Amino acid sequence: MTCMTPVQAPLVEAKAVRHLYGKAEGANLLVLDNVDLTLNENEIVGLLGRSGSGKSTLLRSIAGLIKPTAGQIVFPPRPEGPTTVSMVFQSFALFPWLTVLQNVEVGLEAKGVRPDQRRKRALAAIDLIGLDGFENAYPKELSGGMRQRVGLARALVVDPSILLMDEPFSALDVLTAETLRTDLLDLWSEGRMPIKSILMVTHNIEEAVLMCDRILVFSSNPGRVVSTIKVDLPQPRNRQDPAFRDLVERIYAQMTRPDQAPAARDGVFPGMGLGMVLPRVSTNVMAGLIETVHADPFDGRAPMSDLAQDLQYEADELFPIAETLQLLRLAEMREGDLVLTPTARRYAEADVDARKSIFAQQLLAHVPLAAHVRRVLDDRPSHMAPASRFRDELEDFMSSDYADQTLRAVTNWSRYAEAFSYDEGADRFSLEDAV
Amino acid sequence: MVFLSGDLKATRPIARFLNTGTVPKWADLVAFLLLAACAVLVVRGAEDMSQPLAALHATPVTLDPARLPEYALRTTLRMFLALGASLIFTFTVATLAAKSRKAELLIVPALDILQSVPVLGFLTFTVTFFMGLFPGRQLGVECAAIFAIFTSQAWNMAFSFYQSLRTIPADLDEVSRQFGFSPWRRFTRLELPFATPSLVWNVMMSMSGGWFFVVASEAITVGDTTVTLPGIGSWLSVAIARQDMKAVAVGVGAMAVIIVLYDQLVFRPVVAWADKFRFEQTASQQRPASWLYDLLRRAAWTRSLSQTLAKPLASLSRATAGLPPVRLPMMRLPKPHPALGRVMDLLWLTLVAVTLAGGVWLLWSFLSARLTFGDVGEVSLLGLATLLRVVVLIALASLIWVPIGVWIGLRPAWAERLQPIAQFLAAFPANVMFPFAVATIVALRLNPNIWLSPLMVFGTQWYILFNVIAGASAIPSDLKEAAGMFGLKGWQWWRQVAIPGIFPYYVTGALTASGGSWNASIVAEAVSWGHEHLEAAGLGSYIAKATAAGDSARVALGVAVMSVFVIAFNRTLWRPMYRYAERRLRLA
Repeated sequence: MTCMTPVQAPLVEAKAVRHLYGKAEGANLLVLDNVDLTLNENEIVGLLGRSGSGKSTLLRSIAGLIKPTAGQIVFPPRPEGPTTVSMVFQSFALFPWLTVLQNVEVGLEAKGVRPDQRRKRALAAIDLIGLDGFENAYPKELSGGMRQRVGLARALVVDPSILLMDEPFSALDVLTAETLRTDLLDLWSEGRMPIKSILMVTHNIEEAVLMCDRILVFSSNPGRVVSTIKVDLPQPRNRQDPAFRDLVERIYAQMTRPDQAPAARDGVFPGMGLGMVLPRVSTNVMAGLIETVHADPFDGRAPMSDLAQDLQYEADELFPIAETLQLLRLAEMREGDLVLTPTARRYAEADVDARKSIFAQQLLAHVPLAAHVRRVLDDRPSHMAPASRFRDELEDFMSSDYADQTLRAVTNWSRYAEAFSYDEGADRFSLEDAV
Repeated sequence: MVFLSGDLKATRPIARFLNTGTVPKWADLVAFLLLAACAVLVVRGAEDMSQPLAALHATPVTLDPARLPEYALRTTLRMFLALGASLIFTFTVATLAAKSRKAELLIVPALDILQSVPVLGFLTFTVTFFMGLFPGRQLGVECAAIFAIFTSQAWNMAFSFYQSLRTIPADLDEVSRQFGFSPWRRFTRLELPFATPSLVWNVMMSMSGGWFFVVASEAITVGDTTVTLPGIGSWLSVAIARQDMKAVAVGVGAMAVIIVLYDQLVFRPVVAWADKFRFEQTASQQRPASWLYDLLRRAAWTRSLSQTLAKPLASLSRATAGLPPVRLPMMRLPKPHPALGRVMDLLWLTLVAVTLAGGVWLLWSFLSARLTFGDVGEVSLLGLATLLRVVVLIALASLIWVPIGVWIGLRPAWAERLQPIAQFLAAFPANVMFPFAVATIVALRLNPNIWLSPLMVFGTQWYILFNVIAGASAIPSDLKEAAGMFGLKGWQWWRQVAIPGIFPYYVTGALTASGGSWNASIVAEAVSWGHEHLEAAGLGSYIAKATAAGDSARVALGVAVMSVFVIAFNRTLWRPMYRYAERRLRLA
């Protein structure tokens, strides 16, 4: 806060917000831990983080859709009246049975605005956002970009002080997303929208650097704000500008710092490290990433931001793969770079069977759940065990959705490694086809 | 949606003409005349219904073809009144179940059981009850008939509405909460539109089943009270009593005309209208069409009429929503203390338990005074006989219709033409056709224990057929091409392509068919032709006889045992098959 800006109350303050998902007695998932946020007038603030970092939860708390377990969302009183918010959704959230015009009017209707007023304001918003001519179309007749424009018009028409956006462009293709971002930034810089500030959630690092004045980087599991980055580049920003690239690199490095990794990494959780939530990453994707980093021009060490650009991955897609490799001791993340271990380099050069045995070794040595299942199967005379048993064990540490996802991930990796097999019909692990 | 295919790509010159230009003036006139005629018919029918009961005896049902249109009208009106009652029931009870966890605990299992109870068994109780309610007026008997139809329609509609309410997409829910929708606006803007497609489908299924019961419930004999309400069902029962084959044929024809008219004038327009509520983000290529819907939509005055009607509604909702919008309701209600919540739960469960105990005691005291354990044993044996019939007949019907359905489904040209016919047959009340079969059995002196059985699946087998057709047409063409490339033939083709492809559809069809067959057994196992009475030993004929004798204890026992059989059958056979199909054979 510099003393240059006139002293004015912020639009909204989140104070020590904490949120737990799950039942009061059972296993809880801490998604937000002690998060503070202040949103001032005339700024675009980005909440950047991995999925599961609680950034959407924070946004929904501010929108009033979720009541956080602890902490407060405060709208300080302002001279122009109460602060209002409106939200744009990742999935657009349009009513398929209403036309574009009716969709835009829906918020005004709920507020009890007179029909003629309603029509006038809706048409103005439609005009502003570039939807003229589509008033009578149904959402299913529109392309994704046009649908999100409807979502924007619907959010703007109620004259909110703050526009909340939950990954507004992530369901769109690259070109459409870029057009929409530019249009929105133009409207913003020309002051043609009635809003005072924008708060947006994203997992796309470049998008955050392109649009935001301030970026809050979140860690995941639990979600915390690990750093706040001020973006001083003048608008319009150029992605190829060295300063821009520099900032993107810096954020990648931030997000791959060791303390960013899930807290459960090295068996910090009780129970032999079983409490680790594992992402469902395909073994083909892992092999592909190893081969890419192994080959020229990277030769075993590749900056994450370059990888993301080359492979057309978003940070949020790339991180789980890299982390899984790290878990299997096939790679390490250092200062925003992905560095292959010698084992991974051997893997890259091996044939199919040798790859499988390397993978099996790493899996059983470093993934506690895989080792645990294998040990149980070895111990039993029948070499069989119901999967539900392991699912129940996992549910002591995590929600049933995560337990299911984790078990599926390990099942797929073990099938590839031929460490043990799984019969879907009987929901049972066995050593039958393995070995 | 299985049911909603139809003559999709059919050429409809009227609609196409209307599409191209401005609205022709005659569209207004035609639409107006149609609606006005409907209004007059409804008023006429309603006037007739409120006549005193004596009028019924003064002008008994006659086999005069001139009266037939009136009878048909009365029958149809009963159907729609019952449908209205079912809709009201659906909106209140299903909403309650979806909004309140306590109500849900009770309502959902109750609906599940009520879906499986043979509704024809209720007639005994309801006729007595409603006649007592409106002594000396036709209205009582009318209500009993309408209630019988209601009981065949309401449960699955309520169930579908409940399920829709539970699966409202999270993002739309958030939008409506974020904009602070009032409960009424939430219902009209979100919940009702979202639930409409599956509700319409269930209304369709209910109506198909309903024709069967309206025919069965118009001519009721309970103990020594015999009432024949003017309607197609009574026409048929008089015709049967007089062994008048020509009158039976005329009645069947009238029924066919009603169903076709109903399909064209009601079902198709509603389905075409409901299409806009389908929750999909991309427009489907094939959209259901209806010439009447196009006509009504294009006529200028229906539009202005609907706007006029919408106005008072809109101002009403404004009045309720006119309060200054509360900014961001952070929490709708402070959560009660968990301990208090637990106490409330406990109280509720105790209340339910006490009511349950009271109910059991009541049942026991009612039944034990009139029945012995011998009765229970006898009824269970009869139940087994009917079970055997249902199983054998569903198996036979499957053996016949699955290959035919697959053959048709794989040929789109045929499927398009035959699918509406299969649906028509499923909606056609099979009991209308019984006299022909019965007359044949009597004439040839066949064994009723065997030859009456096919009547049970006569009306319900079509569900298997049209579901299999839908399933076979839904097999993706790349799968068919792959099967062709690798030369899959014979049993391997059936085992690996056709059967997995149609299985989920087949289970849906067979489940509906078997449920319908249990119900049909009550009218199919005991039939008459003039003064010839044929009877097959089974639970259905037991209930039918007890109803005719006015023996309510035995009716109750029969209905209870049949419900147990149906529920057990569903739980042990159909539900696991359904789960298996959902899990393994869904073409994602």
